[in-house]
Formats: sequence, C-alpha cells, structure tokens
Amino acid sequence: MNILIAGCGRVGSTIAALLSNEGHEITVMDTSNASLEKVTNSTDVMGFQGDCTGYTDQLNAGIEDADLFIAVTNNDEKNMLSCLMAHKTGHCHTVARIKSPRYSDEILYLKEELGLSMSINPERAAADEITRLIQIPSALEVDTFAKGKTSLIALVVPEKSPLDRLIVKDFPSKIASNALVCVVRRGNEVIIPDGNFVLMAKDKISISIALDKVRPFLNKVGIKSKPVKNVLLAGGGTISYYLAKKLIDMHVSVKIIEKDLNRCELLSEKLPSAIIINADATDKEVLTEEAFENMDVICSLMNDDEDNIMLSYYCRKKTEAKLITRIRKPSFDDIIGDMDIGVIISTRKITAEYITKYVRSMYDMTGSDVETLYTLQDGLAEALEINVKRSGKATGIPLKDLPLKQNTLLCCISRGKKIIRPTGKDTIEPGDSVVLVTTQKGLKSIDDIIRM
Amino acid sequence: MNFAMILYILGALLGLEGLLMLLPCLVGVIYGESTTAYLFVSAIICFISGLLLRIRKPKKTALRAKDGFVLTALAWIIISILGALPFVLSGEIPDFTDAVFEVVSGFTTTGSSILTQVESLSKCMLFWRSFTHWIGGMGVLVFLLAVLPSSADEMYIMKAESPGPSVDKLVPKVRQTAFILYAIYFIMTIITIIALILFNMPAFDAVCIALGAAGTGGFGILSDSCASYSPTCQIIITVAMFAFGVNFKFYYLIIIREFKEAIRQEEVAIYGIIYVIAVAIISITTLAEFNSASETVRHAAFQVASIMTTTGYATCDFNLWRSLPKGLLVTIMFIGACAGSTGGGMKVSRIILYFKQINRMVSEYIHPRSIKKIMLDGRPVDEAVLRSANLYLLAYMFIFVISVFIISVDDLDLITTFTSVAATINNIGPGLEIVGPCGNYSTLSILSKWTLIFDMLAGRLEIVPMLMLFSPIVWRRR
Repeated sequence: MNILIAGCGRVGSTIAALLSNEGHEITVMDTSNASLEKVTNSTDVMGFQGDCTGYTDQLNAGIEDADLFIAVTNNDEKNMLSCLMAHKTGHCHTVARIKSPRYSDEILYLKEELGLSMSINPERAAADEITRLIQIPSALEVDTFAKGKTSLIALVVPEKSPLDRLIVKDFPSKIASNALVCVVRRGNEVIIPDGNFVLMAKDKISISIALDKVRPFLNKVGIKSKPVKNVLLAGGGTISYYLAKKLIDMHVSVKIIEKDLNRCELLSEKLPSAIIINADATDKEVLTEEAFENMDVICSLMNDDEDNIMLSYYCRKKTEAKLITRIRKPSFDDIIGDMDIGVIISTRKITAEYITKYVRSMYDMTGSDVETLYTLQDGLAEALEINVKRSGKATGIPLKDLPLKQNTLLCCISRGKKIIRPTGKDTIEPGDSVVLVTTQKGLKSIDDIIRM
Repeated sequence: MNFAMILYILGALLGLEGLLMLLPCLVGVIYGESTTAYLFVSAIICFISGLLLRIRKPKKTALRAKDGFVLTALAWIIISILGALPFVLSGEIPDFTDAVFEVVSGFTTTGSSILTQVESLSKCMLFWRSFTHWIGGMGVLVFLLAVLPSSADEMYIMKAESPGPSVDKLVPKVRQTAFILYAIYFIMTIITIIALILFNMPAFDAVCIALGAAGTGGFGILSDSCASYSPTCQIIITVAMFAFGVNFKFYYLIIIREFKEAIRQEEVAIYGIIYVIAVAIISITTLAEFNSASETVRHAAFQVASIMTTTGYATCDFNLWRSLPKGLLVTIMFIGACAGSTGGGMKVSRIILYFKQINRMVSEYIHPRSIKKIMLDGRPVDEAVLRSANLYLLAYMFIFVISVFIISVDDLDLITTFTSVAATINNIGPGLEIVGPCGNYSTLSILSKWTLIFDMLAGRLEIVPMLMLFSPIVWRRR
C-alpha cells in the first residue's frame, strides 16, 4: 500500500518503521528536516519536507496516489485538519491521532464529520491497558480478544508453584481445563510449546483464559491476587486523567500527585472523588506523607522517563505495590525489560500497534482477515484474531489432522456466542473467529496457518 | 453613587406599590368595608410620590454593584413605610412602629405579628397583609424587572435581591428570567388556591393562606393560624409550603424538560432528605401528644415544612412539646429553604457549602498538600462564592448575637429572646414561649421591635444590602 505519514516524531517514526517492514511504501512528511533525516537514514522510507496542512504540500507529497494518510503530529487540530484535507483531495483513508480529552467524548461525531477512517487516542488506549493490568494484579500483559470474552495474560512462573516443572499436556487436568499455555519465553528464546514441553520457574508464559476465570487461576498457581483498592498515580497528565476516571468507576480509591498547581485544580474539578496532591512525586517526604507503602498499585506516569524509572525503582525497594512505569523515549527499549520496575507502558508503542493493526485490517479488502493483533513477549510473538470468512484449506478438518505451521498455536475458537477451547477433534468452520499465537510474521488469513 | 437613577427607579416601585394596593381595595369593595377608603388614599399617596420621583429622567442611567445594593435596601425600607400607611390611617394598627413591624414582617415573608386579635382586622386589611407576603416572596424589584421596561443594569438588582449564595440566570435576559420566575410563582399560587377551595376552605381564607404559603410568609387570618382548617386542607398547605421552598430553577428545568439537570440539583435533594429526617424524628418524639400516628405525622409534616421553608404557619402549639422536637425545630430554623426559592434562613445550599468546606478542611489536615475543589451540582464552585458564603455566616452571627443582646434589655426569658431573633432573622415568624405560635410580638419594647425589623430586612436581603446602607464607605463620593 502507498501510505503517507504526517509528522515523524517518536510515534511517526515508529509507525513508519513498522509499516515499512511489512512491505508498504511509506512517505513521511514533516516540517523539520532534521527529524526527517533521522527517519530516512534508519528506515527505508521517503521523506518530504512540508506542512501537512498545506494543500500544495500534500499534493507534492503525493496524496493523490496514497491509499492511506496517517496524521500523528503533536497537534490534534493539525491532525484533524490535515486528515480532512487529505480525505477531500486524495480520496484516501485517513487516520488521525487525537489525544486531548476535550475531544474524547465527541470522537464519534468528529470521525463522522471529518471522514476519518480511524482515530487513535494513545493516552486513552494506555489508560485502558493499565486498567486491564490493574484488574488482574499479577499479570504482566493483558490482551482481550473476541470482544472481551477471552484474554491472553502473561505472567512469570513463580518458584514452588504447581506450574514449576509441569508438562504442558498435564496442564488441563492438573491446573485448569479452561486455559491454555500459548507462548513461553525462556531467556531470550520464545517457544510455542507442544504437549511435551516442560515449564520451569521464571519462564514468562502467556495463557489464554476467560477474564472472569483469571483470579481463581492465579490463586491456584500460587500467585497472590487480592483486589486492588488503592492506586497512586504519580503525574497528573492525560493518561492519569483517563485512568483515574476508569478506576473511580470501578470504586478504586485514586490518589494523584502532580507538580503543577493549575493542573491540580483542573483535575480536582474533573475528578471530584480522587485525592489530588500538589507536590513533586519524586520527593521522598511527599511519598511518606501520602503513605505510598500502603498502595496496591503505583503508576509512574510523569513526563520525564528518568523520574518514572527512578520512582518505580524506589517503590520496588520500599513497597509491595504492583508497579507500572511509563517510558516515552525509545532509546532504552533494549535494556528496560531487564530492570525491575514493573510493567512498561509506552503510548508510542500502543499507537504504533493500533495503527499497524488498522493497516492490516485495511488489507481485509485485499485478502487479510485479521481482526485484532497484539504483539507478545516484546514483539517476539504475535497473537492474532482471524475471522474465517469462507471455507478453505483449513476449514472442516479436525485439528489433529491439520498440518499447522511451525510455532503456531490455536488458542480458541469463537463461534457465535460460544468460546471453544480447541481439542484435536474440533474443526474450524466458516464464520468462526479464531485466536492464534505465532512467531511467524505477516499472517493474513486462516489459510496461512497451514504448512505448504 | 447614581442617586438620580436610584430615586427614579424607586419612583417606579412606589407607583407599582400603589397599583398593587388597588387589589385589596377591590376586596374591600366586594365585602363593602368602610376601611377600603384608607387603602385607596394610601394607594393615591404612593402614586403621587412615585410620580414626583419620576418627573425627570436622569441622564446617567448606569448602575454599579453598590448602587444595586443600596437601591435594594432603600426600596424595601420605603415600600414598608408606605405599606404601613393603610394600617396607621385606618387606626386598625394605630402605632407606627407596630404597623411598620407588621408590614416589614409581611414583605420579608416573616409572618411575625404584633396583633393580639387577628380577627378584629377588616378583610381588606387582612388581604393586604397576606398580599405583602406574595409580593415580597419573589422580590419586589424582581417584579419590577419583570413588568417594567428599564434601561438600568438589571443584573446588579437581581443579584442584590435574590436569596442564595450565587444567582443563576435561567435565560440570557434578566427580564425574561424575572418573568419566568414570576410566571411559575403565579401559576403555583393559583393551583394552591384552587386546591384549597375545592376542599371546602372559604374562598377568602383560601386566597390569604395560599398567598402566605406561596411567599413562605405565614400571616394567618385566624388567631390559631391553621389549626382549625380541615386535615385535607392542612395537607395541601404542607405540600404548598414545601413546594415553594424548592429552588425555582428546579421547576424551570422540569418545564423545559431538562430532567437530567433537574435531578443533578444537589440542593433540592438535600432539602428533601433533611425534611424527611426531621419529620421522622418529630413524629416519633411527639407521638404521645396526639391521638393517632397518622395525626402525629400530619402535624409533624406541617410544622417541619412550615419552619423549614420559613413560612411560620402552625396547626398546633409546638411550644408545648418536649425539648427534643422543639430543639429540632429551632435547628431547622437556621437551615431554611433552598436558594432561589421564596423561603428564608441560611439556605440549604449554603449549609451544603459549609459542610463540604469542613470536610475539605479535615482532609487537608490529613493530606496537607492536597488540592480539592468544592463541587455543587457537579460543577466547581468559585472560591469567591465560597468566601462570600463564609463571610455571610460571619456577618449573620454578628448581627444575631448583637440582636439577642439588644432584645435581652427587655428582660424576657432567654428562650423568647433567642427565638424571637432566630424567627425574624430567618424570616420564619413564630418562635417559642412568648413569641410562640400562639403568642405574638406585641409585648416587646419599641427598641426590640426596631431591632427585629432590621433583622427581618437583613435576613430577607441576605445582610449585605442592609450593611451597605449603614457603611460609611458606600456613602463617600469615591
């Protein structure tokens, strides 16, 4: 596909790299030559210096040939305007990043009026993600599929847990019949386990399980899970606002520490039931004063990566709380996973994931049946939800006779309102929606899972 | 200060008062009473003095905030003095102080009376007395805004006269807002009158009682207030009093079908909750006083509605009750009705703001660096509004304490002294003991009466206009 991306900041360049790797032709547009050069040097894309809200600039950048226009500049209004223009002149699909809470309630109206194919609110998406993480305290990542009926949770096998030294084929009988081990990461190796695989302590495993069964499951495998009651949010930015709103609806008590007084006053207006503290969250005295050691969850969501990392690190040493840390810069990606600072949240990654997912589903019309896509275990594996549209090579055959590709696993089949945990006797039928986990990239339809 | 303009507006107001006096004249003509003549003469006096003030239209018509306050205070004093004319002229209340007390009590919807024998008054005078409640309930100047075209800055007047910590316009135009308020007020009054007549109350009584309930005034036309009316009528009066104590914005929101917004009105909800709790407690504690449980609840509901909305009607002599129900009644005297209603007292919305601020204070001790906005009806309350509400309480307490001190010169018992001030500054009417529902204010000294007159005006106008009138800063040219 021919894709034009407006704005090549952190988000823009991440998307450009991802989409370029999937084989699309990318043109990146930005007013700053320096940031353009940075992208064009590291990825195989074309750069175009110009203003994305300029008609001539859009034409010169090739909007008329583009299939998709993605606006991810820092400015909501600029994104909306450029998408509107691109829609009118280029007759292409448009995706806009709109992050201000001001627009979040009227997003449907805006989408309709501006002819947007998709809008992405990274802060809100991050807040949703954190909410899911908080709902299931010990999981490291939670992704939902089949409209929330099933989910993938990732966790580290604790020592002396019943999971330690368990053979995978005994998993249904010994642990839970309604769950399935999908991906195992041991060290730097990612394995899609077969029945004879033996789990070890410290393995990071992804399990497919219904959301409401998660808590009993965690208790059974020896991971303590008590409901979250107190959450501390360090930094009162947009993510904190969305997150606090969701948590308050779930009757969780929320405390926000924010440096800026005006921001505090605004938050206190918008979130009357949250406790808003006007202070620096990296100040030890403030933390003690606000009893941070009693918190169930501490989220470091400040603007400064280093502050977030240090705060989380400090809290790790001083508290038992579950930690969530926001990281903005891509520079630390390689080592951040090794640090013991809880779950890393990056709006940049979330945005890129959303848009990649959208681009893939746009392929729908040209052959891809992927409904949702999540990257697992730091991008080493993917979970896909595929809609089976018509009968083909994979349908109607019992799974035990189906020659699946290497490192590909069927997690569940959603048929109508029913969720099926597949066994050897089950079949895939047209109309099903199938969730599968794979280390193979670029799957587009159900036929692709068959070994040629 | 724009005196020319203030006087010009006062002229219009006096003309209006004269016009309104013609209504009791009509009543007098219907009943063929000779005292009608005095009312008519008073009306003419009002007209003429009004005309004199309006001869020359001032060049500068702009009003500032302090002009609005001074205008309001002067307006209420002047209409009270001229309103007392019929009583003095006819000799039905010969003493000037008494007559002014009675009329101020009428206009401020207090309902405290100096009359020992209410029945001895002629019908047209009784009607005028009750009618002042109705006029004063929604505010005389607001009425002026609703009916007369004027070029003055109307919002200042509305602000100065409307009860409550902050004034909301219902529609963009002040005049239309005033008109809507009066329309709602008028229609609800008519409904009350019809309901009372349908349940066999004599037409004259029904009109007077309904006017008193609408303005949350409380002048009865019988010595025993409402005790001799049928239980059904008492229930109707209870409902009417309660309804007129609700913020009129609530009704407006219902009329324009903004039900969601109407439900959000915290004040109305809290008002209802306080009412129900008070009725429950009083019913339980006075069970022994009455023959049956239903009778107890009926009387409790009536008395609580009457005191809480600051009306002041009574169906029984609650002065004879035990201390607990009496104490509770005195407590709700201070709470009062909703802001933006016709009732007086401190207003439920202020009480809510006070509670929320105390709550905030406590939480600030626990979280010293926390920031918390006070919310009302789901919206943040401006700190300036909070500050003025707090200062209101302060000024209120000062005036209260000083008034109690002055009344105590009369050497009455402490309960009478205390409740007479509480009942007048909160615009209720009856207090306890000597000034209780079966007593009256006639035995007080002249000094005490003028103190209470000031308290009634200060209570009705929410203190600031009255304080401004006596503040030297306002009268300086700067």
